[in-house]
Amino acid sequence: MKAAVIVFPGSNCDRDVQVVLRESMGSEPLMVWHGDATLADVDLIVVPGGFSYGDYLRSGAMAAQSPVMKDVVAKAKKGVPVLGICNGFQVLTECGLLPGVLMLNAGLKFVCKDIHLRTEAADTPFTQGYDKGQVIRVPVAHHDGNYFTDDDTLKRLNDENRVAFRYVNADGQTSKEGGNGANPNGSMDDIAGIFSAARTVLGLMPHPERLSDPAMGGTDGRPMFDGLVQALG
Amino acid sequence: MNDASPDTAPITPELVESHGLSETEYDKILEILGREPNITELGIFSVMWSEHCSYKSSKKWLKTLPTEAPWVICGPGENAGIIDIGDNQAVIFKMESHNHPSFIEPYQGAATGVGGILRDVFTMGARPIANLNSLRFGSPNHAKTRHLVSGVVAGIGGYGNCVGVPTVGGECTFHEAYDGNILVNAMTVGLADADNIFYSAASGIGNQIVYVGSKTGRDGIHGATMASTEFSEDSEAKRPTVQVGDPFTEKLLIEACLELMATDCIVAIQDMGAAGLTSSGFEMASKGGMGVELDLDQVPQREENMTAYEMMLSESQERMLMVLKPGSEDQARAVFEKWELDFAVVGTLTDTGHMVLRHGGEIVADLPIDPLALASPEYDETERPWTPTPVPDALNIDDVPAPNDPMVALERLLACPDLASKRWIWEQYDHMVMADTLGHGRPGGGAAMIRVHGTDKALAITTDCTPRYCKADPVEGGRQAVAEAWRNITATGARPLAITDCLNFGNPEKPDIMGQFVGCIDGMRDACETLNFPVVSGNVSLYNETQGTAVLPTPAIGGVGLIDDYTTAAAPIFAAEGETIVLIGDTDGHLGQSLYLREIIGQEIGSPPPVDLEAEKKNGDFVRQQIAGGTVGTCNDVSDGGVLVAIAEMAIKGGIGATVQVPDSGTPAHAWLFGEDQGRYVLTTDDADALLAAADVAGVPAMQIGITGGKGLSLLGGTKETALAALRAANEGWLPGYMGGV
Repeated sequence: MKAAVIVFPGSNCDRDVQVVLRESMGSEPLMVWHGDATLADVDLIVVPGGFSYGDYLRSGAMAAQSPVMKDVVAKAKKGVPVLGICNGFQVLTECGLLPGVLMLNAGLKFVCKDIHLRTEAADTPFTQGYDKGQVIRVPVAHHDGNYFTDDDTLKRLNDENRVAFRYVNADGQTSKEGGNGANPNGSMDDIAGIFSAARTVLGLMPHPERLSDPAMGGTDGRPMFDGLVQALG
Repeated sequence: MNDASPDTAPITPELVESHGLSETEYDKILEILGREPNITELGIFSVMWSEHCSYKSSKKWLKTLPTEAPWVICGPGENAGIIDIGDNQAVIFKMESHNHPSFIEPYQGAATGVGGILRDVFTMGARPIANLNSLRFGSPNHAKTRHLVSGVVAGIGGYGNCVGVPTVGGECTFHEAYDGNILVNAMTVGLADADNIFYSAASGIGNQIVYVGSKTGRDGIHGATMASTEFSEDSEAKRPTVQVGDPFTEKLLIEACLELMATDCIVAIQDMGAAGLTSSGFEMASKGGMGVELDLDQVPQREENMTAYEMMLSESQERMLMVLKPGSEDQARAVFEKWELDFAVVGTLTDTGHMVLRHGGEIVADLPIDPLALASPEYDETERPWTPTPVPDALNIDDVPAPNDPMVALERLLACPDLASKRWIWEQYDHMVMADTLGHGRPGGGAAMIRVHGTDKALAITTDCTPRYCKADPVEGGRQAVAEAWRNITATGARPLAITDCLNFGNPEKPDIMGQFVGCIDGMRDACETLNFPVVSGNVSLYNETQGTAVLPTPAIGGVGLIDDYTTAAAPIFAAEGETIVLIGDTDGHLGQSLYLREIIGQEIGSPPPVDLEAEKKNGDFVRQQIAGGTVGTCNDVSDGGVLVAIAEMAIKGGIGATVQVPDSGTPAHAWLFGEDQGRYVLTTDDADALLAAADVAGVPAMQIGITGGKGLSLLGGTKETALAALRAANEGWLPGYMGGV
């Protein structure tokens, strides 16, 4: 399997995801500079977290215009799996690969802490390492993670089973189901991550790569990468 | 600004005074130059000889601190200190204050404090791997405190989160002495290859001087001078002297500098910090014994029509000055262009020993370098007289009332502003980016634990100081600050290696304040020597006064230690039921200056706990050995609040309770539980016999004081168990409640 990690000016989780991919794949992912016009043929594209261009405009808005993103979008449309984490999720919404926007957190502050997610769909390369309904613990670290979209899109996301993860408490309940305080940013319908219509693009705010090594205090993020390697060879 | 300081302004006594220069200092300038300076030159003297840049009041005393050990690669005098951690790896670190800017404009003041200290570290070739901060705010009841906490925390987070360096620890306390002058001290720790470290000494006549990073604007002009005077009511008017941070550019600058440092292009490099281009230019030239010629027309400028004076004194952020090897210009330029940063050749090195500035084709300044950089004033005891601080009498334990219920007192202590959980703060900091923050070394415990990327090694990093001890007895307080940093690192199992210090005091022109400074240094020296814990870098911040009221003497200590195998580290978190709780170290029940006395009885009196450095070392060395040997499960050092608070912290974090037995030692129970005697640790073990036998052999005081288990905390023979949930709620509730709608 070959994977590429896109590096923008201001990316800062590129190395973190590089380490986990190396561990899961047993080989080095390509680190691709944003200014490159094209991207080699790969089996997986990762858009990592960080503050691309400082996020001084809308988060991810500048990066979405980077030269390499044209090819990322073209490859995504041909079915190459694309994973966007945190700022990567914001970039994917800005370049139209995923619907909706990530607004300022409802609490108005940056939030970095471990949270729980419920796996809402396990039938994709990204989530096949988990069982449907499985609750995992991974961190969030963002200022703009408050997912919002229009009612029609939300209905479609739910009808097409395109919500990948929801914020829940340790017992697997969303805030609506009694999991008081489980939603760290006010996201609509407790959405933490969504798939594209073809289920080949995943964007999520939490950082599975940060809890993929027992030394860091947990490994619940690791099955995402192991599952991708298994699915994509 | 342009009109206020034209290059041709006449030099009047008022102008000299407004530049913070004394008459004696101005006479010295006339003597050095043999003529009257022009306004640009006066401005340069003013910042170079400011307290902030020259350390004129503190130099004499700083020289007395120990700075050497076999593992020290570079002590004070460079941008940051450097220690060897084996395997051709070096750790570079420093702590620095940004107090006055943060009080005036909390968000930008704190943010640029982080930016500045990051540059001090990566300019030496290190990738920053951890940020910490030591924060002192005024009383929670003061009208401005919420606003300052909110802004400072957002500023630290806003900068650190964006550059992608985890903010992993620190401390935050409150006292009315900081009402008009908060302290914001930021520390950065970086990792470099020991054989690829960069220094600031320029060399090679004719070599090009290159400016990289952000453009120069009119922000921060005279920041260094502002930091060298007391605050008054019109300090708000100084807002324009506060710099504005751009963490995105800093991130690019880190990556570009490290990329260039991996090649063989750089002779010397220096960040532009306080006093900007002036300070960095003089520093590089003076250290290398060179002259410098700068063409200010080549300096990238953000605004039009900037004068030489403004360019030389601007403290615009995210800028560096480098000397390149001949023929390296194209390669270096390509790196900075890739990162979309300015790159401009602004001058050359000469053999004249002078700094010559050209602007618009004219020579606008010509100053001898060494007389300015090296002959800056150093005050002795006649110029900075000091009086020793009278040490208060020790408190008689019998005069301190016992609480009705010790567990209620514990709950109140855990909820007091100084001990309350600072989760509200550190959850606004990205403390996990770079994926090397160990699970048990996250904020909220003792020392932060950061894995050395790609190895089994880890660093234990901490910041410590107990200002109320320093106020009561500066010598003992200075000792205690160093000892507590050493103890915090030891409690993880790591070997304490070296410290950086950030010395925050009031106006040194007052003999009693100078006496606090001299006393603290005295105590620090004593502790550093006995514990073999040298000072490798530091910063002095004086004039922390508003309308004549000084802050508590606050010598913040940033300590760094190393553990060879992070899997053997101990955490201050109960991990298993049924383990024996052991207290290491002697307990006399010292309540003078304790939090029990302040928070429960409402008094700040008595002498602080004495630090027996020999016992400190012996006890700590024993604990570290036992952690390495595997007999110790979990470990916490005992500090503010005493033994019961230390146990409660471990229980709350682990979700495992404990039963504690107060020994029948003649010490009143409340003094034993809440006394702040030094040199002590609480640890847990599943083999108490072996541990106590080993302590006996080592001559270290050790005693069984309880057992872990259950969901609550209780005293043997006490009234009832207090649920951990209640203790946690008390501890976690205060700060979010206080910050409320902010």
